[in-house]
Amino acid sequence: MPKTETETPKMKPRPIVRLGIFLISHSLLVCVVCCTAGVLALLLLPLLAKNTYISENALMPGSASSMISNRDISEANRLASDLSGLNFEPQDAAALESRGILTKYMSDLGAEVSYHKFHHKPNQFHPLHFFSSPDSTSSVDNFSCSAQGVNTVGIIRAPRGDGKEAIVLVTPYKFGKSGTAETLSLSIAYTVFSLLSRVTWLAKDIIWLVADSQYGEYAPVEAWLRDYHTPVFTGLGALNADTCIKIDDLYALEQKPIAQTKISDGFRRAGTMAAALIFKVADRNELLEDTLNIYAEASNGQMPNLDLINIVNYLAVHRQGLRVKVEKVLSLLDSRWLEILGEIFEVLGKVARSLNPGWKFGISAADYVEGSATLASSLYNQALGIPTGPHGAFRDFQVDAITLEISPKVSSHNKARHNEFLLRGGRLVEGVVRSINNLLEKFHQSFFLYMLTSPSKFVSVGVYMIAFALLVAPLPLVAASLYADANQLDLGVKNTKSTTTAPDELDITFRSWKWLYAAKEVFLVHVWGAAVSLLPYFICQIPNCSPTSSSVIRVSLSMLGLLILYLIAGSPSTHVSISQHGEKGEWAILKSVTISAVFIGLLLMSVVNFATAEIGALLLVPMCLMAQPLKLDMKAGKFRSLFRVICNMVLGFVAFPPAAYFVAKTLFEGSDSINMGDFWNWMESLWAWNSATYIYIGMVHLPCWALCLHILLHSC
Amino acid sequence: MELPSRWVFLLFLFLSSTKAFGSEVDKEEFQEELLLKPLPDRKVLAHFHFETRAPPCNSNGRHHHHLFPKSISQMVEKFRVKEMELSFTQGRWNYERWGGFDTMSSNNAKPPGVELWAVFDVPKEQVDASWKNLTHTLSGIFCASINFLESSSMYSAPDWSFRQASGSLRYGMLPREAVCTENLTPWLKLLPCRDKAGISSLMDRPSIYTSLYYSQRLHLTSIASDLEGLNSGIALEQTLTVVLHPSSQRTGLTHFSQSYLQPSWSLSSIFGRKVNGRCVLAKSSKVYLQLERGLVSQLKKSENYGADYIASEGYDGEANFELSVNPDRVIKEENSRNGISSSLLYEFSVDKYSNSKPFDLGLTWKFPVIWSCQQAPLHASRFLMGSGNERGAIAILLKSTDLNDSSPVANSAMDGCELRVNIFQVVPWYIRVYYHSLQLFVDDQLKAVGAFVEKIHVMPSKDKISPGMMEMVLKLPCGVKSAALTLDFDKGFLHIDEYPPDANQGFDIPSAAIGFPDFHTSMLFPSNESERKSPMLSKFQESSPVLLYTEVLLVPLTTPDFSMPYNVITITCTVFALYFGSLLNVLRQRVGEKEKLKSKAAAKTGRLSDLLSRLSAKLRGRSQEPMQSPSESSPLINSKLALKVLLMAALAVAWQYYFG
Repeated sequence: MPKTETETPKMKPRPIVRLGIFLISHSLLVCVVCCTAGVLALLLLPLLAKNTYISENALMPGSASSMISNRDISEANRLASDLSGLNFEPQDAAALESRGILTKYMSDLGAEVSYHKFHHKPNQFHPLHFFSSPDSTSSVDNFSCSAQGVNTVGIIRAPRGDGKEAIVLVTPYKFGKSGTAETLSLSIAYTVFSLLSRVTWLAKDIIWLVADSQYGEYAPVEAWLRDYHTPVFTGLGALNADTCIKIDDLYALEQKPIAQTKISDGFRRAGTMAAALIFKVADRNELLEDTLNIYAEASNGQMPNLDLINIVNYLAVHRQGLRVKVEKVLSLLDSRWLEILGEIFEVLGKVARSLNPGWKFGISAADYVEGSATLASSLYNQALGIPTGPHGAFRDFQVDAITLEISPKVSSHNKARHNEFLLRGGRLVEGVVRSINNLLEKFHQSFFLYMLTSPSKFVSVGVYMIAFALLVAPLPLVAASLYADANQLDLGVKNTKSTTTAPDELDITFRSWKWLYAAKEVFLVHVWGAAVSLLPYFICQIPNCSPTSSSVIRVSLSMLGLLILYLIAGSPSTHVSISQHGEKGEWAILKSVTISAVFIGLLLMSVVNFATAEIGALLLVPMCLMAQPLKLDMKAGKFRSLFRVICNMVLGFVAFPPAAYFVAKTLFEGSDSINMGDFWNWMESLWAWNSATYIYIGMVHLPCWALCLHILLHSC
Repeated sequence: MELPSRWVFLLFLFLSSTKAFGSEVDKEEFQEELLLKPLPDRKVLAHFHFETRAPPCNSNGRHHHHLFPKSISQMVEKFRVKEMELSFTQGRWNYERWGGFDTMSSNNAKPPGVELWAVFDVPKEQVDASWKNLTHTLSGIFCASINFLESSSMYSAPDWSFRQASGSLRYGMLPREAVCTENLTPWLKLLPCRDKAGISSLMDRPSIYTSLYYSQRLHLTSIASDLEGLNSGIALEQTLTVVLHPSSQRTGLTHFSQSYLQPSWSLSSIFGRKVNGRCVLAKSSKVYLQLERGLVSQLKKSENYGADYIASEGYDGEANFELSVNPDRVIKEENSRNGISSSLLYEFSVDKYSNSKPFDLGLTWKFPVIWSCQQAPLHASRFLMGSGNERGAIAILLKSTDLNDSSPVANSAMDGCELRVNIFQVVPWYIRVYYHSLQLFVDDQLKAVGAFVEKIHVMPSKDKISPGMMEMVLKLPCGVKSAALTLDFDKGFLHIDEYPPDANQGFDIPSAAIGFPDFHTSMLFPSNESERKSPMLSKFQESSPVLLYTEVLLVPLTTPDFSMPYNVITITCTVFALYFGSLLNVLRQRVGEKEKLKSKAAAKTGRLSDLLSRLSAKLRGRSQEPMQSPSESSPLINSKLALKVLLMAALAVAWQYYFG
């Protein structure tokens, strides 16, 4: 502080500083208000959802009448019957035969057909691979013939197009062992493809990828995209000249029926991808009407442009009369508290409308429940960071893609009904392709950051950020106030009681550096967190390990690590125990540093994957703010302290990642299916899909939980 | 190297024509021709060829052209254009199905959009200026945005890879130029009969613009007759190449036997029009039907009496197809190579047809025949690698097309021969190519670039000044299966006003030209035909190197949010206001003064007078600011303020409620 102030009356600081100081000094109130408001804002989101609208004018969905004719459908039916006749043993031969038939049909349409061979390799954990682009240099050495798949790719060149852009259609198909649903999806695709092969309006090339789904739906698409974007020139020879004879047979077989069609071995390309549609027909049947499920979440909570979902939704609902659904958390649909909340909001909305008819934010309770269930699912899927379908592979290459899953109405093998279903599906895909074809630029007009509350309603980033911002806002304030309290800093608010004794110089310098010890402690715990997040890599090296034992190993190893850390670092409190004055000791400093770390971690995570940060904030923020040594509260013995103890215990339990997982699971799925291995599987899937959530849990959430626990058990 | 020969040839042609028509030395002449050719994938190629020649005359620059378009001759004269070619193309030439190893594809297959190159006969330092003026003139003549090629970042000056020209060649491409009838109309205006009579009357706009490939080309050569080059003859060659889809009955698809029968067509079915006689101004007016080598050999195979069929030049005895009009002549290509059948040309003269008896050539297939076109030695494709907005790579992949044994490579692959490949690629400056990162993979193995590159010339791009250009001669072994070239690049940033209106589509990299200097395409016709030779056939006889173009690439660049300027303005204004406000505050207030103010405030009496004095000062300074409120001195956390805020809020709510 400047010396001049000692003689003159204290100079008033700037208003913004005063505001800050005011907030810091009332941090408890601010905390309560902000946290409550944050949770409330989250609950209000279904109310604040806007109706979707098609933002890009060039799309013009549904403005042209559909051109799919019965001839396309009969051709598709012929293909389907040809293919379904081939489900014989051995499967390899059947697969070969059916691939040949498909190829013949495709090339009859004038498409360029090529095969893409890929080797399925299970996901491998790359600790430092999270944010790098998909890598092509991954080894192609140790593959076996058994894990080889063959994608069939047909390309229609736009008649007068310049071939700069392409639209991708993907149908997963299991050659040789396909079900009726898969054959149906193939015939829809063929219907569209045969139409597109003769239309004149095509401006972008059409790629039809029949993905060999014997190793899942994601892997073939991902392999194809990787070869499309980052081909390995040196590996080609090795891949082609391998000893997998059955694939070479493919070409021999191909030359037989039609001499004229040459199936090129090489990888065929068609420009920059504008968008991709993955569509499949679900195995299950709907009772009432044909239903369309839209899956859009890609890795790390990335979403395709909202316009893509909009045109699909628009065409499906207004043109084809399909019922469009997005995923929702089913157990939330019949939860009582949500219903009550919805009713309250409904009443509030009515009151607001009676005040001013212009205020239309009330929705009915049923809508609210539905919306929150969808929102919860959207939030969870985004937070998980695992793509919900093969479209995730496209998003990794900055291509907008969605998966459409059509489930037909219960059908009694009625021919007319079957054809009508084909017509509907075909028209839907045709309409979407035509819209994308109209697009002059790539998708950029509409939102990329949003959550869906229904297929036609969304919450944009500007709205859902509020909840997170409110939750996170108290963190720096509390950190500052704790620090100030612990250091007995005079922030000018309590300037009425003047500082009585001038503390000696040494003490001041010592105290001002006290936070370094706390910081060291926090840092060490974070290092431990990083080590724990690397553990699965080593654990999965152990052969024959069941998920349960793996998780046990992991937990015990983590605990061991924590113990060793304590032994090595010694009790960090020894350094600071000399200065035991003040009612809040070094635990306050430690808490302050922890809270700062949480704040930084959450902010960073919100940039990477917002939904994860949101859920993380919901769990972490109350715990961090509440944490106070149990001993102090026990000593006080008042009701308030007791309540705080209970709260702390509950929050501390819930915020522990496995506990949180199991609590969530019991809440949403019932308590019957609890298994220790589940959590391990869940974590394993997180790292296998390179989800940033995994890093977040390991490096932000877990250390902060450990630190909070440390504060709770602090001996002050 | 081929240019001198061409010159000699043209001169020879010119001399021979003067010899033949001695009386008509100064006559300008115009010839119109149409070539039709069935393609293996059930399409039909139609190639219109119009040639107008203006001989040199010595009338001291005052030309009176009878046939030759004045605008072109003035342009040539003004800018001293030695040779020039302008093409407007829509669609892509399918090298695999429509052939890549004949004169048709290497001369008429052009990259999408506009391609312009010109050789000037001016001193080197004036070439750029001439080019700029030329682009503007052409832009005016053809109603196209060729003037965009004026900017030095849009054109390049290849030295040797594209065409031999020592420094006076300029080359530019506009891949995004849309081609439309408004480009065709001025092009037709250069013809003496426009599209009112003769072969050009076939150009029915709806049918030629629904074609799969449309390329309209204008090639002009000036023939200097005297040493000063003041008076020069000009040969203007206008071609239009379209690939049409005969509207066949697609019902045939269901019946397997018919599905491979080539669709039958006639002029009236593919163009919707017939030829009502020739253009009277044309010296000759002919229609040719070409059956290419592969087709002829297939026909021969399918017929047992193949040899007789060729020898008798008969079309009537044919089992495979039927022509609705009897040809006037059948020209058989003289083939230098043995074992390969030669192509056939049926010639029809339009002279004898008139309005009452229009010419309508039709071809009816009777039996399915399947053949394939001759392929270029290597099939070239170019694509982008990588994703994201930061960097990427361009890859050029050359694959051998040894699908049939007649491939020229296979023939010459006996000993350690070498296949030379010219690569000419221009990349706009915002794609920052790192030429040092050039990698070459031959037969799937990374090879040292130096071992295969015979000659390379790289002009790195200069930001906003010149594009990057790469000319390269690769020397590959003849038995090569595949060769790949990769070049890494960074994506640059553009200035906000350099973005085109549709910036979010991405940016184009123009096609690369891949040439095979060792392979020349030419068709040799019997020499006794030379007198009656048409310009098109003589064009076919010229030996031209095989040239093919790769795809245009689309690179998505980072684009700003174009509504951003508004946000930026708002934010900068806020920041500036905050900054200057606080700066002024700091500068204005002195410590002593503030204390004085404080003490006055403490005294409480001086406050009102102080306020009054400030007010009066304000009033003196500016006449009308009586409402200057002194509220800035009130403390922030203060019940009065809270009351005021509440009052305001209540007012706002009331306002909203009653008037909202």
